[in-house]
Amino acid sequence: MSVRHALLALLSEGPKYGLQLGQEFEAGTGEVWPLNTGQVYTTLQRLERDGFVESDDSADEGPQKGFRITEAGQRELHEWLLTPPDSSSPPRDELVIKVLVALRMPGVDVSELVQTHRRHVIEAMHQYTRLKEDAGDDDIGLLLVADAEIYRLDAVVRWLDAADARIKRLPDAPAMPAAPVRARPRARRTVGARR
Amino acid sequence: MSPALEVRCVSKTYGEGAAMVHALRGVDLVVEAGELVAIMGPSGSGKSTLLTIAGTLETATDGEVVVLGQQTSTMSRNDRASLRRRAIGYVFQDFNLLAGLTAAENVSLPLELDGTRSKPARIVAMAALEELGMADRADRFPDELSGGERQRVAIARAVVGDRGLLLADEPTGALDSVNGEGVMRLVRAACKRGVGGVIVTHDAQLASWADRVVFLRDGAVVDQTAPAAGPESLLSPTPSR
Repeated sequence: MSVRHALLALLSEGPKYGLQLGQEFEAGTGEVWPLNTGQVYTTLQRLERDGFVESDDSADEGPQKGFRITEAGQRELHEWLLTPPDSSSPPRDELVIKVLVALRMPGVDVSELVQTHRRHVIEAMHQYTRLKEDAGDDDIGLLLVADAEIYRLDAVVRWLDAADARIKRLPDAPAMPAAPVRARPRARRTVGARR
Repeated sequence: MSPALEVRCVSKTYGEGAAMVHALRGVDLVVEAGELVAIMGPSGSGKSTLLTIAGTLETATDGEVVVLGQQTSTMSRNDRASLRRRAIGYVFQDFNLLAGLTAAENVSLPLELDGTRSKPARIVAMAALEELGMADRADRFPDELSGGERQRVAIARAVVGDRGLLLADEPTGALDSVNGEGVMRLVRAACKRGVGGVIVTHDAQLASWADRVVFLRDGAVVDQTAPAAGPESLLSPTPSR
């Protein structure tokens, strides 16, 4: 999980207090990625358990407890940077399913449904674009996080455009269920006869 | 203050009889001064036709186009041409700069065509170029400028003087994404000074710079985005259904 490695990265700059880590994480992502204090401490405890960070034994648990990265932590951080991110379940999957379901439902205007989602996605893009517009050129964390969201949403719009165009090219309004289901057993019989 | 642009029930047909094509069917669009509106739609949805009619480069078959409070359908050809030179700026995908003129001459040309003498026209042109960070390139010819610089000149030409309406067709053309973003920042800055802007695009990223996105399909407005929520709404995202 990336919060874990983001904290390791912050500690690779030098020893830091827990409170400071939480603040620096948020600042580094343009504050569009809020992180609660509890999450910071749970993550730090796990990192310590795994031997990736060490803490000042003397200090009490709390915001003033200091942490530093270990050699194993440095290795873990470098390996993580080069590991491909998990992209097995892209976030647009739910949208794909909605369109597929709509195609089979009588009385649903798929083109209208696609347009509704296109509008929602562009409204979300608009908000990230506003964030970028108001950001300073040196607010690199915010600019990169906003860009990433905008590109991801842009891909969703492109998929919707492509889906729309494909559906329009279907021979007739998509009354799909009946035909393919009946066609399949017949095809199987033909294969059987040849055998 | 009148809106920058009012398009009222505009229709446009090409051809006649069986070969008649309806490019626009009763389109309404109002763009306030200071507002940037994006028009999106698939190829053939009529978005470029709408832009050329809004810019009075073409006339509507039916309906009204009012630019900065001036009814254009009853104007003479000459008056319309004069309105275009004085009040409407265009940015095209391929820049459309004149190769034989310097950056400053390209920008001052519409003013001079409208009767401004060349010295005052140059002063206004230089101010527009300066605002876009192009003052030191003013005497270069288009082929001595980079793609991003050429597009800045095209935008300076579109907003020079007292233009109240800016019309752009895929204004970032073939620019890379960072230069394209620069163009949109300039267009936004023009709108913040009170210019009404319309951009036609199929690019959702570009459209997301607008205050409002209008969706066109088969020549009719089918949908538009809600007025923008502030960026703070990103911090408490609504769950997806």
